[in-house]
Amino acid sequence: MTAVSNPAGFTPDETYTPDGEYRFRNSREAVRRLPFPFPDDEYMYSMNLEPHVPAGAGALRAAFDVDEHYVSECAHRDQMLQEMPGVHYLALPHMMEAQWDLLELIFESYNRDFPEHFTLTRNGNEWRWQNRLLGIDDSFTFGDPDTLPMDPMEYATRQAQGEFVVLEERDNTLVIGAGMTTQRADYSLQFNLGMNFAEFHGPVPKLDKMGILDRALKFLLRMKPGHPVRRVNWSLTVHPRLETSVETLPDWAPDRAEVTAGNAGDMVYLRIELQPLHRLPRSNAIVFPVRTYLVSLAELVEHAPDWAKRVHRALASLDPELADYKGFHRYHGAAVAWLAQHDDGAPLAAGYPWYPEGIQPG
Amino acid sequence: MSEAHHGALHLRVKRIEAVTPEINRYTFSAADGSWLPPFSGGSHIRVLIPFEGETRRNAYSLMSSPYDTSEYQIAVRRVEEGKRGSIAMHRDIREGDVLTATIPANLFPVSKHARHHVFIAGGVGVTPIYAQLDELSLKGSSFELHLAVRGPEHAALGHELRERYGDRVVLYGDGDGTRLNSHEILGGLPLGTHAYVCGPSRMVDDVIGAAHAHGWTDSHIHFERFEDLGSTGDPFSVTLARSGAVVEVSPEQSLLEAVEEAGHKLPYLCRGGACGECETEVLELEGTLDHRDDWLSESDRCTNKLIMPCVSRATCTKLVLNA
Repeated sequence: MTAVSNPAGFTPDETYTPDGEYRFRNSREAVRRLPFPFPDDEYMYSMNLEPHVPAGAGALRAAFDVDEHYVSECAHRDQMLQEMPGVHYLALPHMMEAQWDLLELIFESYNRDFPEHFTLTRNGNEWRWQNRLLGIDDSFTFGDPDTLPMDPMEYATRQAQGEFVVLEERDNTLVIGAGMTTQRADYSLQFNLGMNFAEFHGPVPKLDKMGILDRALKFLLRMKPGHPVRRVNWSLTVHPRLETSVETLPDWAPDRAEVTAGNAGDMVYLRIELQPLHRLPRSNAIVFPVRTYLVSLAELVEHAPDWAKRVHRALASLDPELADYKGFHRYHGAAVAWLAQHDDGAPLAAGYPWYPEGIQPG
Repeated sequence: MSEAHHGALHLRVKRIEAVTPEINRYTFSAADGSWLPPFSGGSHIRVLIPFEGETRRNAYSLMSSPYDTSEYQIAVRRVEEGKRGSIAMHRDIREGDVLTATIPANLFPVSKHARHHVFIAGGVGVTPIYAQLDELSLKGSSFELHLAVRGPEHAALGHELRERYGDRVVLYGDGDGTRLNSHEILGGLPLGTHAYVCGPSRMVDDVIGAAHAHGWTDSHIHFERFEDLGSTGDPFSVTLARSGAVVEVSPEQSLLEAVEEAGHKLPYLCRGGACGECETEVLELEGTLDHRDDWLSESDRCTNKLIMPCVSRATCTKLVLNA
């Protein structure tokens, strides 16, 4: 699956690894279309769920967003899967129906939202899928895994940005049944496979006390097909490294010790996660996609100065326990110190940027 | 696909068949000729039925194959008492009419881990099982159905299923004097079996009781419960203290929708009672609040001082909100 073309607007030769020397940057346009996750100066962990309806012209226009990094991200996924087979993609045997549901959802969405790049032609169960960005033109029988070169979920998500965790509904909870997670933020898919909702949220601090978990689960169990919801989440990471799984922790964790107030602007990246959850129609499973966007603090200052100010304030007032959970307590202070130089203290709008009255990039 | 996203479905009535003296089967296709959204066995849709100037929103299980989304089928039993939506379906709806319905939702899915599935149903309760058996049969799963009917003239759906699945379908009350006995059915089944019951509430209670008596765990007992998960209910009116406006909330809309329709704004995010964004202070109340959210704690509810307008309602003569 290598790109056969270099379509306008895409940057096909980026890397997300030290071997590739982290050859990654955002265009001004890519920064200003981000689903910026800080509606207020003070950050509070919350459900912040809302109906996943198209909003604005940026990352929330489509059901599953495609941006200028698409080709490079798909190549990175292929590389990760080859380097560590059986670690980043797993599916329990009874999830096959959900796999087809997910393939259908992704391909239908891409076909509808980006017809210039993708075409899905359906003739009953005989489907033809054309992905012009990756040079793919395949025909297969929907529902028959033998007509695809690999699992339907692997096939579809190798051609999609972001990671995908599929949750099965069982005994009034949700259980992890499958995942394509080459962009994991500090967890292990192998370890979490088969865990239920309470179990895989175990490490999040304070959740239980706030009762958030029970409410979230009840809400998710009521989700219906055709009515997706979304939330945004965020963290910080060092270097534009997408794959920060538990399995490779020795490779990336030491980088955290190298951040200083002097280099944080270029070394520290805000990692934004857009999570558009869908109930899948045939399997009754729920897919939990995590679409990850990386943007350096320096890129924010250059292209979205008001967002940089907001990040400064949110980080400066952050509960240390959350910084610890998110894994950046070690360079939290350095990031705040670097950002402080770029915050004049001017009042900022409240609300997410995809709402007209919300905070704009500046 | 036919308006699969965020909207209602528009269904054209393709065919109406009387399958028993009380039950009509309706076959729908998408009004615009496209495909209907796929679904899983056990799903239902809510059909909006025009009835004497009002709208009834009746939930009906989909009985057609989940693998053929060119059409949906439902069965409607005529019920004289109650809100009479089924009367309107039988009396007023003709082939060629277009009805509005919600996207399928499933509160009665089959277990993916069962070694064997036993279905127990009464009368029109067999409808969700049609689609479930289709699903299981295609997957090659092991199942049996026990269906009770009130006499041979009510057994047409049962005969259809016997033709498809043979001895795996057992009919009771079809003129041969047999009676469905849930103790006998459940008693001899192997571990790993899941039981599903859909029928009158005394049948559901009977099966659950029998299963418990045989030591079954709740995780292996499934029954159809048509809870109203929306925010519909009896009408009431609400006063918005800041503007003094009085807003009427109709049975078909939520408090939040009614306030918005009247041109006022309330904060909201999820519109499903989960996120807490629309929490609103109750200033005056004569009556009771009907809390349907997952946000307020028990103690919050007891104070009668807070309401979540996106899902919750009130039975009241007076309700004043700080909004």
